[in-house]
Amino acid sequence: MNENPVALGSEAETSSKTAVKMRGTGVDVFYGDKQALFGVNLDIPENQVIALIGPSGCGKSTFLRCLNRMNDTIDICRVTGEITLDDQNVYDPSVDVVELRARVGMVFQKPNPFPKSIFENVAYGPRIHGLARTRSELEEIAVTSLEKAGLFEEVKDRLHEPGTGLSGGQQQRLCIARAIAVSPEVILMDEPCSALDPIATARVEELIDDLRQNYTIVIVTHSMQQAARVSQRTAMFHLGYLVEEDETDTIFTNPSNPKTQDYITGRYG
Amino acid sequence: MNNTTADHTVTAFDDDLRFLIGKVVEMGGHAESMVARSMNALARADKSLAQTVIADDVVLDNAQRELEERAVLIIAKRQPMAHDLREIIGTLRMANDLERIGDLGKNIARRASEIDDAIQPKRLLRGLEHLTSLTLEQLKDVLDAYVSKDVDQAQAVWARDEDIDQIYTSLFREMLTYMMEDPRYISACTHLLFCAKNIERIGDHATNLAETTQYVVTGQSEIVPDPQDA
Repeated sequence: MNENPVALGSEAETSSKTAVKMRGTGVDVFYGDKQALFGVNLDIPENQVIALIGPSGCGKSTFLRCLNRMNDTIDICRVTGEITLDDQNVYDPSVDVVELRARVGMVFQKPNPFPKSIFENVAYGPRIHGLARTRSELEEIAVTSLEKAGLFEEVKDRLHEPGTGLSGGQQQRLCIARAIAVSPEVILMDEPCSALDPIATARVEELIDDLRQNYTIVIVTHSMQQAARVSQRTAMFHLGYLVEEDETDTIFTNPSNPKTQDYITGRYG
Repeated sequence: MNNTTADHTVTAFDDDLRFLIGKVVEMGGHAESMVARSMNALARADKSLAQTVIADDVVLDNAQRELEERAVLIIAKRQPMAHDLREIIGTLRMANDLERIGDLGKNIARRASEIDDAIQPKRLLRGLEHLTSLTLEQLKDVLDAYVSKDVDQAQAVWARDEDIDQIYTSLFREMLTYMMEDPRYISACTHLLFCAKNIERIGDHATNLAETTQYVVTGQSEIVPDPQDA
């Protein structure tokens, strides 16, 4: 029995309270008459990875797309409630959407490099955002971004070949490099590995873990194991509601909501 | 708490889980029987009964191996989460404790076949039998608690282990007294002392089983004593 209070090799998990980078408060989303999200309150902690999980149609991608106003591109979509980035409402009329999307970058499910060279794919964003004054500055940004995305070594001899010629996993890392190139603060990832093989998936997951040092990451994934591996916090959506949000370790070993339990164990149906 | 009643989308997964739990229950029954028979063999100086217990240990060893192999396969194939994961980890832990209980039963049976029955102190044997029946009761209760996922019952088993420890301590003193009074008892008493220690160890394994039962159901491993009972 436990009479010994001294833990062996106790590794005190640094559960220090991290700052909130983005915050959703009472977020409702409507597509025409149909309501897709109902009063979602969710904090996105800074320099952490938060995974959004839930069955198809639960609203997790809808919520993700609210964070950088990607839903603005859908005419019938209406968002109410508040979403803040560093305490500023991103839906405020004064917010420049282009600048917002530079601060809150996005990586999609299918790698979608521009039909341009590898270099141009990464240099495009910094150039239009005026982040580089000279050619050498632009090159530096491109190389650094490719390095951070763990791709530079593989492509350094063919920077001027088409990005579309890379393998699927390399293309996805190119898209991540492209997102990093404009120095975002938050990176949104919508099932970034669902089109990749296990090795390419492992490389992207490793990369996500590295990127966490400098960026805040929100990832939508259908792979429970991936959510468990890469995230520190997990939010479970169901039928447009946020049903549970907690530390990832807790969600996957001892969730408190029966819906979460059923979904992650494969009993939801 | 375990709030799920739904079957798994993959029915083979439910079969897998049922197999593991069934194996634990089977091992539990076998371990109980080994301990009870080893004590009978000791009390009645029945050497052939002792031999059957010794030979039976391999059944538990094999069952544990079978359970472990299946559990590893399930983890690899299904990557279980939440209560499924705890259920599987629980069966691995339970199997380990039950296999150890079997070993301890075998050890008692070995000593039963070695003790010279002519000089057995009968009074001590009665004390040992009492200790054994309490411990077997614990084992039975905790296996019931495991099957019915009854956390209260598991915690009650855990709390009662103290009674077993106390009886063991007084039995230990009594045996020392016997040995001091009459050196002819030393050999038999030493065997009985080890048997008593083995029974007490089986009680400890029962508390492990109680902790595992609670872990499977609630996700909490540690059982905190009720301050009112202190």
